[in-house]
Amino acid sequence: MSDEVQIDQEVYDRLIGEGKSERIARAKAKAAAVRQAKVAEGASLGPKSPEDAAKALEAAKEKAGGGGGVATKTAAPAEAQAGGGRLTPEERSARVAASLGNGGNGGSMGVPTSSDHTHRLLALVPPAGIQQVQSKQMDKVYTWPHLLLVEFVALLAAGSLLLIAAFFLDAPLGSLANPNEVPAINKAPWYFMGLQELLAYFHPMVAGVTLPGVFVLLLMAAPYVDKNPSAKPENRKVANLAFTFFLTFWGLLVIIGSFLRGAGYAWVWPWVQGLGFTL
Amino acid sequence: MPKLPTYDDVKGNVQDNVIWKSIFRPGSIYRKGYRDTSRDRALASMNNVLYHLHPVKVKRHGLKLTYTYCLGGLSFFMFILLTVTGIFLMFFYTPAAGAGTEVAYLNMREISASVTFGQLVRNLHRWGAHAMVFTVFLHMARVFYHGAYKPPREFNWVVGVILLVLTLLLSFTGYLLPWDQLALWAVTVGTNMMGFTPVFGDQVQFVLLGGMEIGPDTLLRWYVLHVLFIPFVTVIFLAVHFWRIRKDGGISGPL
Repeated sequence: MSDEVQIDQEVYDRLIGEGKSERIARAKAKAAAVRQAKVAEGASLGPKSPEDAAKALEAAKEKAGGGGGVATKTAAPAEAQAGGGRLTPEERSARVAASLGNGGNGGSMGVPTSSDHTHRLLALVPPAGIQQVQSKQMDKVYTWPHLLLVEFVALLAAGSLLLIAAFFLDAPLGSLANPNEVPAINKAPWYFMGLQELLAYFHPMVAGVTLPGVFVLLLMAAPYVDKNPSAKPENRKVANLAFTFFLTFWGLLVIIGSFLRGAGYAWVWPWVQGLGFTL
Repeated sequence: MPKLPTYDDVKGNVQDNVIWKSIFRPGSIYRKGYRDTSRDRALASMNNVLYHLHPVKVKRHGLKLTYTYCLGGLSFFMFILLTVTGIFLMFFYTPAAGAGTEVAYLNMREISASVTFGQLVRNLHRWGAHAMVFTVFLHMARVFYHGAYKPPREFNWVVGVILLVLTLLLSFTGYLLPWDQLALWAVTVGTNMMGFTPVFGDQVQFVLLGGMEIGPDTLLRWYVLHVLFIPFVTVIFLAVHFWRIRKDGGISGPL
């Protein structure tokens, strides 16, 4: 979008001068500019001051009236500050009772009977219910527009390539299926040619069922077998070598099966007998 | 003469009404008042059903094309494209074969010859299927070489392997549907192998073929597997796969 928010150059320079990182300085300078723009528009900013908030709460209680609003005034904020910003469990329950407005008498969860409040959203989360997530601060960017733009271009590129291919190359369609007429060249789709090639060397039970089954199970087991915690290529030479060997082996089988096998599944050279391969 | 409204007037009026605002949630770039701020960028992801697959923020290194080559995304795109083209082809295809009623094969000829865009859509479906097998395969290789299956992503790798197998099955079941010589005999090779499954070989083959050998029942069976059953299972595994990416902390790396 074109209306990029300007940054407050003064704040930016000051923060850079204080040795803040470029990213933080830019963010704060941006925020400062937005704040100024809002003040210029006459809008009120951010949360109210504690005094205002307390007053508003009192006013709301007055208005609600008669709902058992005992409004237990706790000295919690002051104490909390002294105690390093943490409330003791007693203080917390006192606070909750105060904001529920029933002074810990139980009852109707503090919802006054004669109130113009229609609902009250409240969530009490016990400390044990909070999932502690410990992760490093990472260099992140917004999905929109950065990632979605890349994805959209990739999608367009792949889509156009496919459309061009579909325009110029027609999908094959042979003659009507005839179970009594075995074609000279009889091959599975290319991704199964590795299996068909194995069939030339092993008993079908080994080549067609056991080996592919073992391969799939090995693939699934890979993360449980490979206990090496490092993801760096230089630390996982064995894993990479094994996988590359596996891929090469499989690729070779597919290439041999697809291009170097002809009538009766005999070995042929494609430049002599032609390409016995259909996609 | 009344003054003609400018483009901006029209745009403002179109965007500033109850219906438009009910469709495009806050943060949508199509909504009036979208500004390129952190808040609206976050809302654009959060308030959109499709973009919601992604987190609001992603690791910067994951944007590098040479990290993922978009292979997972392209596999999914191929899946969507195959679904769309497949539905189109379903309008013109009947899975019926057998002496005297070679409807399936005749339908294939008609799709190529007389259905508008029929040949093009069939080509897209065919090449898209090959492309999807290929991108899924490359995606797997990419993930392996980045060690991206390591904790906590072990199970998502397993789901990925299942999806690879499902992709192969989708492609293979579709291979029979044209009911030409190529299809019949390619599938014969595959199902003969299945017949050699230890212990249950004959039963496996019987269930797969819907009989003792490939015939009209096999075509119907594979058609249902191809257009309904395997896509259904695939979508479930795709959902788990995408969900686990988020739950496992997003894309892996940097190396």
